[in-house]
Amino acid sequence: MRNGLSVAVRIAIGATAAGALMMASGAVFAADPIRIGVIAEAQAIAGASIPQAAQLAADEINANGGVDGRKIEIISYDNHSSSADSVRAFQRAVNEDKVNAVIASYISEVVLALEPWASRLKTPFVTPGAASNEISKSVHADYEKNKYTFHGYLTSAALALSVCDGAKDLLVDKLHMKTAVIMSEDAAWTKPLDVGYEECLPKIGLKVLDHIRFSPDTTDFTPIFNKIEGSKPDVIITGISHVGVQPTVQWKNQQVPIPMFGIASQATNETFGKDTNQAAEGVLYQGVSGPGVAVTPKSVPFAESFKKKFGNYPSYAGYTAYDEVYYIADAVKRAGSSDADKLVDALEKTDWEGTIGRVQFYGKDDPFTHSIKYGKGLITGLMLQWQDGKQSAVWPKDVAKVDIKFPSFIKLSN
Amino acid sequence: MRAFQILIDGFAISALYALGATGFTLIFGVSGVLNLSHGAIMVAAAVAAWAAASVLNVGTYAGALIGVGVALLTAFLTYFAVVKPIQDSRRIPNEEKEIFVLTGTLLWGIMIQELIAYFFTNNAKTVLPIVEGVVEILGVRTPKNEIFTAIVCCLVIALLWLLVNRTRTGKAVLAASMNPRGVTLLGLELTNIYIVVWGIYGILAGIAGVLLGMFLGVSSYSVGPLTASAFSIVVLGGLGSVSGSLIAAFVVGYLETLTAYLVSPAYRTIPALLLLVFVMYIRPQGLLGRR
Repeated sequence: MRNGLSVAVRIAIGATAAGALMMASGAVFAADPIRIGVIAEAQAIAGASIPQAAQLAADEINANGGVDGRKIEIISYDNHSSSADSVRAFQRAVNEDKVNAVIASYISEVVLALEPWASRLKTPFVTPGAASNEISKSVHADYEKNKYTFHGYLTSAALALSVCDGAKDLLVDKLHMKTAVIMSEDAAWTKPLDVGYEECLPKIGLKVLDHIRFSPDTTDFTPIFNKIEGSKPDVIITGISHVGVQPTVQWKNQQVPIPMFGIASQATNETFGKDTNQAAEGVLYQGVSGPGVAVTPKSVPFAESFKKKFGNYPSYAGYTAYDEVYYIADAVKRAGSSDADKLVDALEKTDWEGTIGRVQFYGKDDPFTHSIKYGKGLITGLMLQWQDGKQSAVWPKDVAKVDIKFPSFIKLSN
Repeated sequence: MRAFQILIDGFAISALYALGATGFTLIFGVSGVLNLSHGAIMVAAAVAAWAAASVLNVGTYAGALIGVGVALLTAFLTYFAVVKPIQDSRRIPNEEKEIFVLTGTLLWGIMIQELIAYFFTNNAKTVLPIVEGVVEILGVRTPKNEIFTAIVCCLVIALLWLLVNRTRTGKAVLAASMNPRGVTLLGLELTNIYIVVWGIYGILAGIAGVLLGMFLGVSSYSVGPLTASAFSIVVLGGLGSVSGSLIAAFVVGYLETLTAYLVSPAYRTIPALLLLVFVMYIRPQGLLGRR
């Protein structure tokens, strides 16, 4: 009864307001905007770029006339890195702010909490930065229910492959390394990552000597580095995202003589250099794009206009969020509607050249349904290194600008 | 080799804990205030030092000084804006003031934490070490800054001891901690003593914060754990007892380091907390507590 009333009241108010607006403006009401809700960690290095990049994409699309005369409107919500806040933001975005699609978060735990809500509220939802395999596995497991979720970033399994592909060329073939220790934070996204590492590292010729998982709230990394050094590996393969500054600075201060190579999300952001007082020098990390790296013709112009507008280069999730706004707009155009089910159908057929490569999604029959495809000609990822205070691509060869080099305290064993 | 490593690392971290906890216990001893914004003040000092040195490029030493200055200012602000109004209020019954001060400083700490996260993101920041490089001690590669940290902590604590035991102001502070009524009867203004204590506290927390920023790095997330660690050290040592806190700091520091090396870094804090619970059972007043 109460519900019925409130809906009636809402419709009445809505109609009156719309009528008043139309009369007031005296113009024909332009078509409804396409509303995209952006829920992100505004206070975290990796998350802060998400709403900024989405807004940049929307501004560009709107400046070019929008989508069939419809403007893109970005509504952003700060989730304070919390799943509970994200769920509330998602409900509000759909129920109050009437968004047509949601882009959210770089944290797997948050995305996994939002996924059922995308299903319940039947709202297309894309993540620009979370990596857990479970996100797209759930879509595969119950397609009809979970088809609203899209994984707009590489799965942990693909990330591990990307790191191994890079390690093969850079570490094994070039530097003749033979052994590695895996060092990763204990989080949802690193579980499948570690499985991937354990599987692919031996295949490329790096023997895994030890595997250290540590709590994401670790502050003192001395015992960890000490333990790693004890097993004398040629390289430390990292899987870190919630931490980054502290292990990097302590690695440098303690002059741990072993290079770090792998996933280090915080290192993808330009501010990482300052936050670590340039201790990042020599850190090798996997990325999907980077400043000055022309992965596609769109990469560099995006990074530059982002920097011009916000003062720093975007984090990895900035590139993906920017692409996502574009391919959601493209899907609305192809679907001829922003209706949720039609939008999902159109998103599945996405073939969009973005800033990180060619974006296509795995289909219903693939185990990682709705995750972006990894591979040559699509998205392969890059390896970058902090050199002289800047992020430089070192792999693959076609985009690499420089050779890898290490600070003087690193002792290569071969 | 590993024993030396534990000895050296444990000493640096314990000295840092001791410095952080000393100010905390001093304030409680003298004015009965449990300052739950302690961690926030330490983080504010470290982030200010980072921002001054790395964003404004004022240099390492000036940055560190600015960090300590910010902590001093924040400590005074805590006293004048949060603690004093509650203590002076006639509308809050005396017996409830302690709980009001607890809540007030806790909320104040959260405000500082959120401000830091808003302006500087919640990512960790590290202060550029004053001395760089490493030395070999007993076969352990030790960052020079770790030695520097330990020396500064010990020096500052020694200075504090001299101040409290050898100067007139210090003796007044000591007297106030024993019998505040008696001090007022001697014609000393209690408020002035409180201001001195909060000043000393601000400087101690500031130095501890900046050193922690150099040694391990801090983020706005560190606020809670830092307050909690100071709190448990102080409770373990005996509330209000400076020497008890010093001993407790070394107990906790070494226990954590031993756990991190011999068991797993993931369980670092657990044994110290278990010890705290155990001590509370058999000696509720703490190791050297008076009440």
